[in-house]
Amino acid sequence: MSTVTTTSSSTRAKRGGEGKPLLSIRDFKVEYRTGSGATVQAVRGVDLDLFPGESVALVGESGCGKTTLGLGLLRLLPRLGHASGQVTFNRGDGTEIDILGLDGRDLRQFRWRDAAMVFQGAMNAFNPVLKIRAHMHDTMRAHTKFTKQEIEDRAGELLRLVRLEPSRVMDSYPHELSGGMRQRVLIAMSLLLEPEVLILDEPTTALDILTQRSVVDVLHEVRERLGFSMIFISHDLSLAAELADRVATMYAGRIIETGGVRDMFYRPRHPYTLGLIKAVPPIVGDLPDMESIPGGPPSLAALPPGCTFNPRCKYATEECKEEDPPLLPITDEPGDAHEAACIHWKDVHLQREVPSDLGNAS
Amino acid sequence: MSALEKSPETAGRAPLMTLGGVSQVFHTKAGPIRAVDNINLSVNPGEVLCLVGESGSGKTTAARMAAGLARPSSGEVAFDGTDIWALKRDDFTTFRRSVQYVHQDPYASLNPTRTIQQTITAPLLKHGVVKTKKAAVERATELLAKVDLTPPENYLSKYPHQLSGGQRQRVAVARALTLDPKLIIADESTSMLDVSIRISVLAMLGRLRDDLGVGFLFITHDLAIAKYFGWHGKTAVMYLGRIVEFGPTPKIINAPTHPYTRALIDAIPEPDPDLTKTKGRESLRSLEIPSLAHLPSGCTFHPRCPLFEDGLCDGAVPELVTIRSGQSAACHVVARDGVAALDDEARSDEPRA
Repeated sequence: MSTVTTTSSSTRAKRGGEGKPLLSIRDFKVEYRTGSGATVQAVRGVDLDLFPGESVALVGESGCGKTTLGLGLLRLLPRLGHASGQVTFNRGDGTEIDILGLDGRDLRQFRWRDAAMVFQGAMNAFNPVLKIRAHMHDTMRAHTKFTKQEIEDRAGELLRLVRLEPSRVMDSYPHELSGGMRQRVLIAMSLLLEPEVLILDEPTTALDILTQRSVVDVLHEVRERLGFSMIFISHDLSLAAELADRVATMYAGRIIETGGVRDMFYRPRHPYTLGLIKAVPPIVGDLPDMESIPGGPPSLAALPPGCTFNPRCKYATEECKEEDPPLLPITDEPGDAHEAACIHWKDVHLQREVPSDLGNAS
Repeated sequence: MSALEKSPETAGRAPLMTLGGVSQVFHTKAGPIRAVDNINLSVNPGEVLCLVGESGSGKTTAARMAAGLARPSSGEVAFDGTDIWALKRDDFTTFRRSVQYVHQDPYASLNPTRTIQQTITAPLLKHGVVKTKKAAVERATELLAKVDLTPPENYLSKYPHQLSGGQRQRVAVARALTLDPKLIIADESTSMLDVSIRISVLAMLGRLRDDLGVGFLFITHDLAIAKYFGWHGKTAVMYLGRIVEFGPTPKIINAPTHPYTRALIDAIPEPDPDLTKTKGRESLRSLEIPSLAHLPSGCTFHPRCPLFEDGLCDGAVPELVTIRSGQSAACHVVARDGVAALDDEARSDEPRA
């Protein structure tokens, strides 16, 4: 049919480099200069692989480095930020791209074509004086040799994919659209050049419940149709439960636990992930026992010695103050994809009540 | 008239605050906008009433009227049984002291040039709660301890920018407590806080409710938060300026009857991967929220409602009527068919433990 539908998830799976990660991140660090020669490390050595077709959620409190990591991967950091480490993108044809070494034209090509970002706060991501049509055409003209008509067709197709009526949306200014519509337009725009990786920063934050649901449903749908991989950043654990195949918990600039979505939600082995899960009230069932995590995330300029979570952790012992534990595989359960950075992981267990009485109130 | 008036809460206790048939109409160039349309609500001492709904549903407008910050276009706002707009000047001041408002954004609601001590002692001295500055500082110390900012001495000399969001919100609550309020209106007070901190702030508010007997009008768009904080209280669901469902919180959350409440509850993702992926979800007929300036006829939810019946729903505005004990809804279809009609459809495909 047309360009959108040619790249279905099945053809994506047949891409070169079978079994290899699409995006491979090793010892990724981001430093911000904070004036007079001082620096603060916002991301402190992250290792993460994103496999074709996979959806990875980055969760954690504000100030844990989630957004900085996302921006760093697309080289979108502000001027005072400096990224180091190794980020390799594996193009379908087998070529490997060192993202941190990209420059000028190559970098522009990488963005949008290979990877695109959907930002938090849809209003700020648009130019308020340009209509949606101009946004679409500008993006396409900067990256392709499409004719006007081709651009119209492609934009229309993507807008319909996110359940918007192109004739109405294309001629609107951003402020004329509702929050949910804007967010969906942004998702459509990010897909214009068929990127293989989509990074979404808090895609549904600040949207109303029903609008949020429509954006989540749209994301489910387009991912099924187009088969891209995504990294999405969210402080909302429920959203991660719904959209992610794999979850990585970030704390103080590091990934401290990662695993399949069911492992993470049913068998978290880092006290911080456990704490986050216990702090989110479920909607169905009886009143659950909730627990908060005492204190707040540490200042990145003055990290506590040893495990950065130890001052807030009820499992903490003297040993925890000595060394920041590395991310190691959990060995007492099947599979090898679950890793935690905690020396006490064997003692960490989630007691989850089975939701009861869904239909009837107490 | 409405179910709410017929069952004025638990008998014996006089409600602290009553909104009786209250409306707020804003006159704009686009014509009159009925932000709140004829709502009835009451809060008892020490009780929690949650007001939930999406943006534009009129939650905040209703709260502003309850706080006496806006005068209703029609209807009566009564505090301790007296119409607040009929009060004499002095009595109105007393009312203002009894009802305190905690705003959403603790970054905007605290004066950045005042220390925490100045912020909290100012109302104490101004309203003559204490006579001397020394007593004011002592009282401020107590209040900070009450909102879990311990040791209080560490916080007194700080400025808001030196505190985290959760700490600022606690200061805002401490300030609200300076004048011994009987009712606290919390307008999305925890929605800007991180999940990990939210629960501890809510637990602190819950303690104030239990220990000091403060009533709460708790406004939130997050039903999970309403559930957690208002479990032993009541919840009213608002849609486009009207209350569409009202009842004890556990019923509203676990056995909603109005199609709108049901859509809201279904739409919320659960922090449980298996559950959230198998949760039954009815689809709405339209995603668009009608404009308050051009409300649909009859039931304003009818263009989106999965239970829509031509001729019934777009005719008259549905009244809030009792569906089952203590729970009322404003829906023609549910009022006619009762809960039986609801239970054997959509809900039955939900996972059961």
